Amino acid sequence: MRTIQFEQIVSAVEGLCIQANTIIGDDVLKALQKARDTEESPIGQTILGHILENDAIAATEAVPVCQDTGMAVVFVTIGQEVYIEGGALGEAIHEGVRRGYEKGYLRKSIVKDPLERVNTGDNTPAVIHYDIVPGDKLHILVAPKGFGSENMSSLKMFKPADGVEAVKKFVVQTVENAGPNPCPPIIVGVGLGGTMEKAAILAKRAVVRHLGHHNEKPHLAALEKELLEKVNQLGIGPQGLGGRTTALAVNIESYPTHIAGLPCAVNINCHVARHAEIEL
Amino acid sequence: MKRAIRLTTPLTQEMLRELKAGDSVLISGTVYTGRDAAHKRMVEALDRGEELPFDVKDQVIYYVGPCPAKPGQVIGSAGPTTSYRMDSYAPRLIEKGLTGMIGKGLRNADVVNAMKEHGAVYMVAIGGAGALIARTIKEAKVIAYDDLGTEAVREMVVEDFPAIVCIDAEGNNLYEQGKLQYRQD
Repeated sequence: MRTIQFEQIVSAVEGLCIQANTIIGDDVLKALQKARDTEESPIGQTILGHILENDAIAATEAVPVCQDTGMAVVFVTIGQEVYIEGGALGEAIHEGVRRGYEKGYLRKSIVKDPLERVNTGDNTPAVIHYDIVPGDKLHILVAPKGFGSENMSSLKMFKPADGVEAVKKFVVQTVENAGPNPCPPIIVGVGLGGTMEKAAILAKRAVVRHLGHHNEKPHLAALEKELLEKVNQLGIGPQGLGGRTTALAVNIESYPTHIAGLPCAVNINCHVARHAEIEL
Repeated sequence: MKRAIRLTTPLTQEMLRELKAGDSVLISGTVYTGRDAAHKRMVEALDRGEELPFDVKDQVIYYVGPCPAKPGQVIGSAGPTTSYRMDSYAPRLIEKGLTGMIGKGLRNADVVNAMKEHGAVYMVAIGGAGALIARTIKEAKVIAYDDLGTEAVREMVVEDFPAIVCIDAEGNNLYEQGKLQYRQD
């Protein structure tokens, strides 16, 4: 067994919340720069330039890239030989979020009850996904999720007979319906297979993937490329004001599924594609 | 892009007539903030026959829920939020004389009809550029619904706040025009 202290996790999560909200990854910046250089719409080009300027200000001044500092989605991969001393893992993560959002001057955007809607005041709780794996490492990925784009996400349970054509149509239609609302250019995460909830989690995993990396399965990598082309033919463009850059990437994650089903979830992320990770 | 038009609030009906979908604008003067929860309260106040927390006539509402200010800042990051969530409330405020809204994303037909009938424009700012936009906000103070935190109504003084006229008072819509122009079928 390897022991990791409760406080060590709290402080790691605190740091990740601040880092993710203020520093946009190089992969995303590169994709935005490329889009700015190739965008044909003059308004679109100006917007992409402003987005890059914004991201540079945020990193330099350590301020949030976007005022919607999101609901903290946390992917935890824990080795089964890890022992956590001093408290529960989940509580350490919530406490890290609490401290990070306070110390980082991040917006508190969580309401305690979806219908009664009173703010919790500290941006907790986080949404945590756990994976238990062999080994003695603890990997934590924090992905603050803004709701302008989250609200544009969609899920559909297709029949096997509907096949890949239905999946393509659904992904493109979801992006078209979203239009300017999710702050394009967007990243489209697609989860295929599993059960209803598994497909949704896969789609979330897909949006936090490093840009430029493709699915290992050749047919899915080809589908990612085809869908990106199709989505960028919609004309929605930067901020929806017209142009060629509607999405920076379409990422697909898949899982085996039932003989009777073809679950398909589409999670949309804005250009403020935030995630930060650490291995303890 | 065309050169930006400088606008100083209040935004009168006469000024509105000069604004066309696709115009870039730089807004200076006082604007008010409000998003989901504040709009709900404002419309509930109207339903009870009460006054709004500020007179909306010829005013501009910015749909934003800013981040807290760091020491030395006027306000934290403050980009636009998605406007359609205010669609069920906006026509009531437009009827009361509101002439400008700043947000991002689609509006429904009820909002556009109210804009055409009473005279109002919908302007969009860049979603996800909250750090850049915050630099144009020179003063900010909460004037109503303090308990709503980030969703409270603020009075802000802005200087050269960058926006684009998306839907003008005649109902011309840049979202529709822009998409048509670049769509490849």
